Amino acid sequence: MLTQALLRALDKKAVWVIGIFLAVAILVPMANLLIPPGQFGHVPTYMVSLFGKYLSYAMLALALDLVWGYCGILSLGHGAFFALGGYAMGMYLMRQIGSRGVYGNPVLPDFMVFLNWKELPWYWLGFDNFWFAMAMVVVVPGLLAFVFGFFAFRSRVTGVYLSIMTQAMTFALLLAFFRNDMGFGGNNGLTDFKDILGAPVQAQTTRVALFAATAVALALSVLVCSMIVNSKLGKVMIAVRDAESRTRFIGYRVEYVKLFAFTVSAIMAGIAGALYVPQVGIINPGEFEPGNSIEVVIWAAVGGRGTLVGPIIGAIAVNLGKSWFTTAFPEFWLFALGALFIFVTLFLPKGIVGLWQQIFERRRKTPAPPSPSQSADVERGKDPASFSNPQPRPAE
Amino acid sequence: MLTHFLRLALLTLSLLLPAQFAQAQPTDIPARIAAMGEANLRELTSIVTDLAATGDPAVVPVLTALGGGNLYLDETSGRIVIQGRSAITDPLTGEEVDLGAGADLSRIRVNNSLRRDIASALAGMTLMSDNPATRFSAAQGFLAKPDPINIPLLDEAIAAETDSNVLRLMQAARAVTILSDSEAGIEDRRAAVPGVVAGAGRNAITILTGALANAPDELRPTIEAALAGLEQSRAVWSALQNVWFGVSLGSVLLLAAIGLAITFGVMGVINMAHGEMVMLGAYTTFLVQLVIRQSFPGLLDYSLLIALPVAFLVTGAIGVGIERGIIRWLYGRPLETLLATWGLSLILQQTVRSIFGPTNQMVIAPTWMSGSTDFFGLAITYNRFWIVIFALIVFFMLLLILNRTPLGLQMRAVTQNRRMASSMGIRTPFVDAMTFGLGSGIAGLAGVALTQIDNISPNLGQNYIIDSFMVVVFGGVGNLWGTFVGALTLGIANKFLEPYAGAVLGKILILVLIILFIQRRPRGLFALKGRAVEQ
Repeated sequence: MLTQALLRALDKKAVWVIGIFLAVAILVPMANLLIPPGQFGHVPTYMVSLFGKYLSYAMLALALDLVWGYCGILSLGHGAFFALGGYAMGMYLMRQIGSRGVYGNPVLPDFMVFLNWKELPWYWLGFDNFWFAMAMVVVVPGLLAFVFGFFAFRSRVTGVYLSIMTQAMTFALLLAFFRNDMGFGGNNGLTDFKDILGAPVQAQTTRVALFAATAVALALSVLVCSMIVNSKLGKVMIAVRDAESRTRFIGYRVEYVKLFAFTVSAIMAGIAGALYVPQVGIINPGEFEPGNSIEVVIWAAVGGRGTLVGPIIGAIAVNLGKSWFTTAFPEFWLFALGALFIFVTLFLPKGIVGLWQQIFERRRKTPAPPSPSQSADVERGKDPASFSNPQPRPAE
Repeated sequence: MLTHFLRLALLTLSLLLPAQFAQAQPTDIPARIAAMGEANLRELTSIVTDLAATGDPAVVPVLTALGGGNLYLDETSGRIVIQGRSAITDPLTGEEVDLGAGADLSRIRVNNSLRRDIASALAGMTLMSDNPATRFSAAQGFLAKPDPINIPLLDEAIAAETDSNVLRLMQAARAVTILSDSEAGIEDRRAAVPGVVAGAGRNAITILTGALANAPDELRPTIEAALAGLEQSRAVWSALQNVWFGVSLGSVLLLAAIGLAITFGVMGVINMAHGEMVMLGAYTTFLVQLVIRQSFPGLLDYSLLIALPVAFLVTGAIGVGIERGIIRWLYGRPLETLLATWGLSLILQQTVRSIFGPTNQMVIAPTWMSGSTDFFGLAITYNRFWIVIFALIVFFMLLLILNRTPLGLQMRAVTQNRRMASSMGIRTPFVDAMTFGLGSGIAGLAGVALTQIDNISPNLGQNYIIDSFMVVVFGGVGNLWGTFVGALTLGIANKFLEPYAGAVLGKILILVLIILFIQRRPRGLFALKGRAVEQ
């Protein structure tokens, strides 16, 4: 059964994507460690870390795409799951500092000593253990998504209402994590990490290893998403996206399908966050900003939602653009980002991947008239969100 | 030699000048004060009488200090000084005096009869003053420092008083004096308690608590009962104060959310750039005031009123432009509209930031909006008051537009059933554009109001957008009353949670409560009822 699912999942495109990222996970570290600096083909360490960050963003965008592109749930709060996973990882890294902090307290992180706390709060217990922390990376975002989704989907909160609610969720968490007495470092967040699994975080080999881990995690995420999307459940997800009520009347428990997708997606986002934190060296409440979560949506939209490759391409492309813009024309980045939002929604509803497919298919199929099944496919793919929230079109 | 002489001359001149400009009997007051140092008690009495007879308010500190035992003679220099809590000051000018190292202060002694004289002299100058404000502050002084000696004076003043406010305070001062006088009879003291409660206002609790500490046992129950009553009424008043703060916050939310409710209700479009419309309205106000200040300074007090139509037209026009340029192409895809308008909000924010800079701008409040009033113990600031009134006006105007104009009729029709409305000949694209313009214009009006209570910065809109969403989602779509009830409920709930949970935690609680509420009623408080599966 599982092998069957695996085989089905490994359609041609998914194999390519997984293969590329596995190759990247091996080749880039080799290019960094084996080729000496200055020689052709050497990848500098800062570049490795930068792209490690992009890959964790790509994983977040893929997670969002699973719920938005395939299930029609526009979550404006995926940054919250990402940040929660990041905080779980950050708490582990904080505990690893031990007595090397500024105040030299072997148990309490610096900010707690600063706040005059006497002992570790209960929710920090166990985070000195790596595997416990990793379990929390999965459990905390997954549980939050499960509980939130359970209530929201059961009472049929859909469309923009759900989007606004997810935004409220991440906003509430933002406010909460800013509070000093929450015990998560308040405004400054968690930073000044030293070790991960005994290896210094700043060391070249650690950075390269983290990059490889991120690439492998991304490849695994693509595999998991591909398995889900190509399974029967995936077909139901797409049915929910395109005609939710019809799917419900046919007899599917729509809320459970949505809940499954939402929870899996949140867990993926949490893992992405956990991989992100040691590579950038800090996690603070700013990650909960509603604006960040909306930016993730635009990554997926730019690449092409409803595809597995699209969000990855989108996340890397937009973030490359961001890095370039913020150094070259810092004051124009927001103009560019805003214009990107408008341009993509107006002119590129299927994203870069959709554009490429369109060009490719037009060239190949120009002579033959499109078959009915294809035209239906195009029609549906043109605007998936509208079917989950049919707004009567104005008669024009 | 010559310079020395000149300096001396200048010094003399500078010493003489103030004396020459003093009121009645110019040289008298300093001379008499100087004479206090060597005077015996009888001479002091006559000096006090003389000083009081001048009627010059400048002698009040001297007499107060003398009565309070704070007036000293410096034996070395012969100067009379007041020994304050922190510094030694000149009795007439009130300026700090440096007596140097050789100072040898000795108190100018007074006896009880002289103190009584001083008190009555002071009372004559303050309690009996022609100016009600002086009388008021004198009574406040007696309230703060009760001394049984003053009772006859207070009685006299009460008999002569005409101003009801001052009279109440004087009676309170008398009651407090009796209450704190350990030599007065228990019955008298007990009878004084209601007087304290009635007259001392917000200080009554402190005064009574202080009196309770050294009251004899017979008196305690009365004071405790009075204290309990005061605590209860204070709880009621603080609840009322919270309601007022809540209404004030709610009206701001109402202003910010009502435009959003219209666009969302009619078009199903969540306009993420709504907050930026508010921000643009605020900047329009700033510009209008700038122009008025430079060209028509006489109209400065009316600049807000002039800014209202301007802001409405500017933001309304921008709204119509957005609808025609972007949103029109995205109908039927609400989630995409949300993204596109978010992008637009980023562009608008950055544009304003590039033009006006990231710093806060100031809009000066007109005189009729600054200050505050005391409404039965509720502190009500005028700017908040006018914003509440303004929010109500805007709300009812909008209600009128929706229910009494052809455009409103068409808007309601499109809200309820777009296709049917279109079939009946309503030009839905036109209605959409007008609705969006109206919603944006109202956001601009909200911006004008917000200039009075918030900083005008490019981020202004961001602070309100999530709260506005919450109001719309909570209140329900398609019914303005839903928005009204939603805004006020959220405002009041917020202000009631704040004292218990703190501002931030209160806000988090509100968000969590709304998220839970939406589970119960996914379409808000006042949902449009329809028979379709999906709305």
